[in-house]
Amino acid sequence: MARDPSTLRYAETHEWVDVQEEGGDKFATIGISAFAVEQLNDLVYMDLPEVGRELEIGEEFGEVESVKAVSPLYSPVAGEVVAVHSDLPDNLDNLNDDAFDFGWILKVKLSADLPDSLMDFAAYQKQCSEAG
Amino acid sequence: MSYLFHTDEDRREMLKSIGAESIDEIINDQVPEAVRLKRPLNLPPACNELALTAEMTRLAARNASADSHVCFLGGGAYDHFIPAAVDEIASRGEYYTSYTPYQAEVSQGNLQVMFEYETLVTQLTGLGVSNASLYDGGSAATEAVLMALSMQRGRNKVITTDVVHPQYRDILVAYLKNIDAELVVVPSDENGHSKPMIDAIDDKTACVLIQHPNFVGQLESVSEIAAAAKEAGALTIQVFDPVSLGRLKRPGDMGVDIAIAEGQSLGNPLAYGGPYLGIMACRDELVRRLPGRIAGQTTDRRGKRCWVLTLQTREQHIRREKATSNICSNQTLLALRATVHLSLLGPEGLKETADHCIAKTAYAKEVIAKSERFEVVGEGPSLKEFVVRDLGADVAGLLAHAREQGLLAGIDMTPMCVGGSEASEPAVALPSRYEQCFLVAVTEKRSRVEIDRWANVLCEAPSMATV
Repeated sequence: MARDPSTLRYAETHEWVDVQEEGGDKFATIGISAFAVEQLNDLVYMDLPEVGRELEIGEEFGEVESVKAVSPLYSPVAGEVVAVHSDLPDNLDNLNDDAFDFGWILKVKLSADLPDSLMDFAAYQKQCSEAG
Repeated sequence: MSYLFHTDEDRREMLKSIGAESIDEIINDQVPEAVRLKRPLNLPPACNELALTAEMTRLAARNASADSHVCFLGGGAYDHFIPAAVDEIASRGEYYTSYTPYQAEVSQGNLQVMFEYETLVTQLTGLGVSNASLYDGGSAATEAVLMALSMQRGRNKVITTDVVHPQYRDILVAYLKNIDAELVVVPSDENGHSKPMIDAIDDKTACVLIQHPNFVGQLESVSEIAAAAKEAGALTIQVFDPVSLGRLKRPGDMGVDIAIAEGQSLGNPLAYGGPYLGIMACRDELVRRLPGRIAGQTTDRRGKRCWVLTLQTREQHIRREKATSNICSNQTLLALRATVHLSLLGPEGLKETADHCIAKTAYAKEVIAKSERFEVVGEGPSLKEFVVRDLGADVAGLLAHAREQGLLAGIDMTPMCVGGSEASEPAVALPSRYEQCFLVAVTEKRSRVEIDRWANVLCEAPSMATV
């Protein structure tokens, strides 16, 4: 089932968050927005964390590299990394067309509530159009 | 670019535009009184070109070099043969005077050289990628350690041993002082082998740094050490000798992750200690942390083969404070010389060079061991370097005597040992068993006659002690 970008939460640094409940625990799937992918242009490399790593809100967990720049990836949530999309770095081209489904990067088991600073789709769209 | 002086008029214009009366006024504003030189420079009075050339020639003649003496010095820089074609090609103006030759539009020749150099280094080391060179072997060793540290979260231990080049360790100590890293220097065994370091490897170890052949000329169990490091999740860095790879196994074939070397041996003159050439290669998957520049081959928009700098996002002008290194230069001219040198030798020539070194070193060990006064320290075969102990306990006097006889007979190891004048701290010292020893290098350039003479001069040297 394809993710609907309008139902996701967004960080100022362009990561998207999708929260699901499984067996009483909350999990967040994290990726970077289509807008961010487009801005970065020509992605060549992505550095991902290892499963089991504990992330703080705002902690840098990896980086994405384009032909001309390197951008850090920040965790929008706190918790333990339970899955990493290891096929992604070798298929970065697909990220261009599919940032919200194939483009998932991490799955994190939440240890705290989502921070209030995360935006909804409308607020994030506003941020992007201002940055545009 | 034209070479023009500033005229007094130019200076007046410039001063006027910044609103200053004189150059002194600017300096007075900027440079504290306490650090200013209040006297003329300590130089003799000006003289004409003829007198100056004569004086400089007189001074230069006082140097003892590999040109004036027969050279048995090593310790990281060696008197190897350099074919004349190396000088001829390297002295072309396009290479010799190029400045930051990286822009693809105007530097295809230089970039191709860098690419050829990298290709040769990867073939030599058996590793996937090479950079376009670093400053010298010592700084390359430290850069490799920093690279390993930057790649491994939560691991800050660096393990090396007391038979890795003391100066390389000295550089390492200086760099690690102010970052979150712990340097552990494990004592070697009595034969000068680093195997005991294996016991020190743990899950906090980022990397092990070994040298093979090591500073005292011993061959190390590289594969075994690399396997132990790998099992603990640590990287293995090997300091290698380029000439040795004519005969020894390649770092990449022994499980080494990052290989570094002093490339002076490849077509570069001793030049009283530099400039030299830092060689660095690593496994493919580490390339994003490799410091320095990398030239790559690609095609232009017409489909023609061309060369560019590649993977530049690793570098400091893009990754800024997160870059592995702040080195943004390389030793292109010396890398070019190494490239020409290796191309002329070819794999067979390098093998032959290594074989000559091995045979002549074995011969030198044999003749010196016959003497009552000397013993060869350490066991097993040597590539081109070995340690001799002076039972007369007067290495300094011995080497001075040899110098008078036109021989640079070896390097006094005493000052490098624990507590010695060249061992600023324990981490950079050699083990005390090398006191009253000297390090001897025998390259393919040394003839039997020279080696015999070296042994005779040493045996006939006056001794302070009675043996």
